Parts: sequence; C-alpha cells; structure tokens
Amino acid sequence: MMFKKLALGASVAATVLMAGFAAKAQDAINFVHNTYRTGAFSGSGIPVGDGVRDYFAMLNARDGGIGGVRINFEECETAYDTRRSVECYEQGKAKNSVLYVPWSTGATLAAIPRAHIDKIPIFSMGYGLSASAVGEVFPWVFNMPITYWDGANAFIQHVAQQEGGFDKLKGKTIGLLHLDAPFGKEPIPILETLAKQHGFNLKLYPVAPAEMQNQSSVWLSIRRDRTDWVYNQGWGAMNPTAVREAARGGFPVNRLVGVWWAGGDDDARPAGDAAKGYRALNWHQTGANFPVVQDIIKHVVDKGQSLSPKEKVGENLYNRGVYQGILIAEAIRNAQAITGKKVITGEDMRRGFEALNMTEARWAANGAAGFASPVRVTCSDHNSQSAVYVMEWDGKAWKRQSADIQPQKEMVRPLLEEAAKAFATSNAGWPARTEPCQNNS
Amino acid sequence: MFYRETGQFKTNYADDMAIFPIRQDRIGLALILAFAFLVVPFVTSDFTLKTIMLPFLALSVAVIGLNILTGYTGLISLGSAGFMGVGAYACYKLTTIFPEVNILIWIFVSGFFAAAVGVFFGLPSLRIKGLYLAVATLAAQFFLQWAFVRIPWLFNYNPSGAIEVPLRTLFGVPITGPTASLEVKYLICLCFVVGMTWLASNLVHGRIGRSWMAVRDMDIAAELMGIKLLNAKLMAFAVSSFYCGVSGALFVFLYLGGAEAGTEFAIRLSFLILFAVIIGGAGSMIGSFLGAGFIVALPTILKFGLPAIGIAITGATAEKIVLMIIGALTIYLLIVEPHGLARIWQIMKQKLRVWPFPY
Repeated sequence: MMFKKLALGASVAATVLMAGFAAKAQDAINFVHNTYRTGAFSGSGIPVGDGVRDYFAMLNARDGGIGGVRINFEECETAYDTRRSVECYEQGKAKNSVLYVPWSTGATLAAIPRAHIDKIPIFSMGYGLSASAVGEVFPWVFNMPITYWDGANAFIQHVAQQEGGFDKLKGKTIGLLHLDAPFGKEPIPILETLAKQHGFNLKLYPVAPAEMQNQSSVWLSIRRDRTDWVYNQGWGAMNPTAVREAARGGFPVNRLVGVWWAGGDDDARPAGDAAKGYRALNWHQTGANFPVVQDIIKHVVDKGQSLSPKEKVGENLYNRGVYQGILIAEAIRNAQAITGKKVITGEDMRRGFEALNMTEARWAANGAAGFASPVRVTCSDHNSQSAVYVMEWDGKAWKRQSADIQPQKEMVRPLLEEAAKAFATSNAGWPARTEPCQNNS
Repeated sequence: MFYRETGQFKTNYADDMAIFPIRQDRIGLALILAFAFLVVPFVTSDFTLKTIMLPFLALSVAVIGLNILTGYTGLISLGSAGFMGVGAYACYKLTTIFPEVNILIWIFVSGFFAAAVGVFFGLPSLRIKGLYLAVATLAAQFFLQWAFVRIPWLFNYNPSGAIEVPLRTLFGVPITGPTASLEVKYLICLCFVVGMTWLASNLVHGRIGRSWMAVRDMDIAAELMGIKLLNAKLMAFAVSSFYCGVSGALFVFLYLGGAEAGTEFAIRLSFLILFAVIIGGAGSMIGSFLGAGFIVALPTILKFGLPAIGIAITGATAEKIVLMIIGALTIYLLIVEPHGLARIWQIMKQKLRVWPFPY
C-alpha cells in the first residue's frame, strides 16, 4: 500500500520535472495568464479572468487567432498569493509565454527584476510599480493606461469640478479610505502635495487587510471628522463593505469615489438601493453594446464555452478583461508587423508594446469604438497616462457621470522619474537600457 | 532484510547515544545529502528548482524552528510568519546599510534580530499556556505585520512599500538578485538548511533539548527537578525565532527575490507552518522536512503535475482541493496520529527491521 503510494508520488514528481521540457507548440503564440478564481480577492478576479479568457477564445474562433496564428491561451491560478504567482511565472517561462500578466502588485514586484533576463515583458495594467512607467529604466515593464498617482490627481480634479473650482477646495476635508498595504498607500504622496497646493485637509483612513469586512470604526471616524469627500483605494471584499457602511452611516455615497479597482458591479450591488450614487473612476465603458462584446457573446458565450454567466458579460470588471485583451492583441499585431514573423517571441512582444498606439480609429477597428480613450506608448512613456472618467451606480448598472478627466502629466511624470531613479539606485547593478527604440509614428 | 542492525555492536557509550545508531541510516543520510548536493541542482528543471526546491528548503528552516517551540517545548505559536518577516527586514536593512559585508553573514545575523523579538513576545509564555499563549503570539503576528507596512524606515522609504533584493556576490559569483543562477541559490539554501539542521539536532539531543522536553511533558515536574522555566521557555522562543528569522531572510533573498513582504508574511503563512509541524510530526527533525515538503509540493504537484500526466484539472479546482486535503489531513493526524508523518515513517522502519519474519 505504502509502496504503491510512493511509486505514484515518484511518477507524479517525474512528470513535474518533465513539465519543464514541454515542447514548443507549432504555429501558435503561447500566453500564460495569471488569474485568481480562489482566495480573498476572487470576487474581483473571476470577472476579469473571464473577460480575458473569452476575448482570446473569441479571437481564435472568429479570426483563427491573430495574423493567422492561434493564441494558445492558458490560465494559471494564483489565488492572489505571491508564492503561487512565482510558480505561474516559472510555468509561463517553461511554456514560452510571450507575456507575463501578474494581476497582483506583489507578483509584479517579484517578476520585474527577472524580465530583462528571461526576455518576457510584463504588463501590469493600471497597478504594480508606478515608476515602471518610465521606459528608459524599465524597458520590459508596461503599466498602461494610468497610474495610481494620476488616479488620485483625477479624483481631486473631479471634486473641484463638483464643488465649483479649485479655490472652493480650501478648508474642505477630503479623506483617503485605503487598504493598509503598499497598494492602498500609493496615492498618499500625491494627495499630500495637492492638499498643500489647494488648502484642503487630508485625512487618512487605513483599513487593515484583516479588517476589510469590518469598517464600522473607520466610518465612525469619517462621520466625526465631517469629511466632505472620500476616495476609496480598495480592492476585493473591502469595497462592498465600504459602500454599505457609507450608506448605513448616512454618508452621501455620491461623495464616495472609488479607484478603478473599486468599481466592480459586485462592489456596489450588495448594498442595494443605498448604493445608488456611488462613484468610481474608470478608463473604459461598461455594458455589452460594443461589437467586440457582441462577438464574444456570439462566438463564445452562446456556444457555452465561457465560464461566465451571460448576464455578467459586459459588466465593468469583465470589460476590463476585454480591454486588457484588446491591448495585448494589438501589441501582438504590432510585433508581427514589425518583425514580419507570425509566431513571435517575448522580445518581439516588447517591441510590439512599445509601438502601441490605440487611436480612436484603432479602437473602432477592434470593434470597440468609443470604448476607451486613446492609449499611446512610447519608448520613454510606458504608461501613457490616459484619461479617466467618473461613473455612477444607478442601482442596476454603471452610468457615465463626468466628462473625460486628463491627468496632469506635468505634475506626475517628474515624480515617476524620481521613483524610477530611486529604484535603479537601490537595486545595485540595475542595467542601463540597451534595447533599441522602436520608432512608432 | 537489508535494513537491520544485526552484527552492529556498540562498544562504547558514544555509539549507544548516537543520533543514527544504525549503519544503514547513516549510509542513507549520506546518500540523500550527496544526491541533494551533487545530483539535484544539475538534473532538475528550473521550474522544479524554483517552485518546489527553493521554497521547500527556505520553509523547512522555519518549520524546524516552530517544531522546536511547539513540538519539543510544547508552546504553541502563531507568530512564525511575523518572525520570518523580522528576519527578512533585518537582512534587508543590514545589507543596505553595510553593503560591503557578505550577504551570507547578514542572513545568519538577521536570525538574532528575530530571536530578540521572539524573546520579547515569548515573555507571556511564563504565565499563560495553550490556547491563551496562541492568542498572545497572534498579537505578535499582527503587530509585526502592521509594523512592516507602517514603519517606512524598514523598507527604506520605498514608495512601493516593498523590499527589493539587491545584487550580492560571493567570490565574484552573484548569489542574490536577479542575475544569480537558480543552482547557486539552491546550493546556498541547502548549505544553510544542512547547517541549521545539524545545529538543531544537536540542541534537541543535548541538555537544552532535554530541558525543553521536560517542560513540554510537565512543567511543574520540570521545575521541581531544577529546570528554570524562565530560561528554558525563553531559550525555546529565542532559538525558534532565530530559525524563523533565517528562514524569512532565505525566503525573500534567495527564493522570492523581492516582494511586498507585508502581505507575504501574513497569518496564512503562520498557519501553513503550524500545519506543516502537525502533518510532519511534532517533536521530530525528519518530520519538519516531511511537513515542509508536503505543504510546499502538494499544491504544485496537483496543479502542474496532474495536467502533465493527462488528468485535466483547473488551477482553481486544484487550489480548493489542496485546502481540503491539508485541512482534512491535519484533523485526521491530530486525532489518529499526533506524531504525524514522522511516526508513520518510524513505523515503516520498524516493520522493515523485522521483515520478513515479524514477531
């Protein structure tokens, strides 16, 4: 009995060893994509993962892939855990994945130092290390379309619009409700600078990861401080709790604005009618009224090949997965055009990303006219700092509430460059950029 | 047939008290070590080295540490991950302040910082026991985790709040940082593990270890026999935290290579280490390795091994199955075999000794 078990164990171990030597599939672009369908953050991870998965399934079904080559899309489960993410990174490397999409800040940080060695570019879409927007220092890392610092900046612009001008901010109390982790604390320096500039009081309301679902004391402080506006830098189970607590404590939910990761449909829905008016930043539209989403429904969802329930297709986080899929597909197309190869490598992928220029016409060509604002990556700007807008929950769906808000590049970019420089100095031996610049015109 | 001590006579006391009294055991250990040092780094794929061997080695040090506290001294602790974090941050601070000193020295020294913190949080163990002590160490876990996020000096005011592993070399060969090869990292980790295991094994078989076990079995009786409870318990906390600290430094510097350590050293990891002790076998050195191996390798094998041999299983399902297996096995072993896998291993050896004529 025991020996049988041992033998089984040995054979399993042997196959794990073999997995490292998995042969490169012919005529397909391999792409291993991190997801987290389990764990504390799965509520946000599942719709995003479904969106990406369905988008590539649709490309394969409708066009036979990209440029005539199938995309060998594979999911790797991380449970939002850094150790599992490292496993997925190694899995991607072993399978010749052309891109690493970490979907967690911790995983991004663990992978960044390896990217230029393993020649696998990293795409951390709107999260990760803000400083990696600086392409001169981080040629292998891309974090379009916006950084957390721009987000905080856009939030203050929104408050000023609503209050009737920046001069009206004086004496107001603006709070930052944030997850007490590096991700949550990112906007603090920008908000402090803006507070000094415009004369408002900044109050910080940290929520410990273990206390995500129990925020009553935090909201008591918010009431006591008579805070006028609250910016919610939260993720996962923290968001629905914040909306619920705000509504319960009588805080006007239309003065609670979430970062783009706090704008899931399931973040607002559980609070019921009380969530009406909850706002969040976003960089793409919601809803299924786009040709690309309709194609996904036609080619994937209706054929029963999606893991997502049909009514969730087109929700905010699902569309975020689609958005990411479109950017990646466009980068693959660029890489194919630049190199003339059909099956590209990680190095080609990096060049494809650096040539990314999603104009309105390109969005339309991808079946997503008006879906998102233009994104333009250059060799030095790996972020593009694109526009965001504010959306509002009407009780059933998200509705656009404001016009596009352009982040103040001239304010944020120097800070990004400073942070990138600090990263290079603290990581002794950080290589200078040798990758040639792909001229994108 | 082959595994028995017939003909191996002990002619002096030293032989009688040896840790491995049977020659076959000694040969087996030598073979395992030779295999680990000479074969594993050269034949295993990068994937296996990085995702199984490195975390296994790094965590096994922490499991030995908790085993000293829980298995040998009978004091339960839920702060192991916090103490690992202390080691990781201490090592980071030391190597950024004194970059000219070799990182290997700092990895070892960072254990002393963890030991100091461990002694401080071990003080309540003189008054409280069992569940209440577990709660007190839980406070350590939460406090330390809070400190890692809230004290920016610890991560050198890095805006991302993470600690990054700089490039460090030994005789010109990179051993930490992105350019270090996995084989080098593995061998260094292995040297630490072998050294620390040798140290722990000598500790628990000597006077100090005996006083720990006396405290575990009945602290009043131990006190009557002249063992100072204060010294014995704090010593156990110090040694245990020292091991956790070194493990944390290995974990970040050789395995992860930079991470958001405030979330990495969370309560989840503390529990995993405790489960590794329970599954592997409380109060056993080999149990620490069995437990650590089980905890580290099971998820990876389920997730990547099963699909590789053709059993279709999605990652999400594998994660859920892992939780179920570890939970069920922990409860099962607690009820049926409190000494864990190590005891099963011992029973196997006993059976082999009398095989094929059991009496």
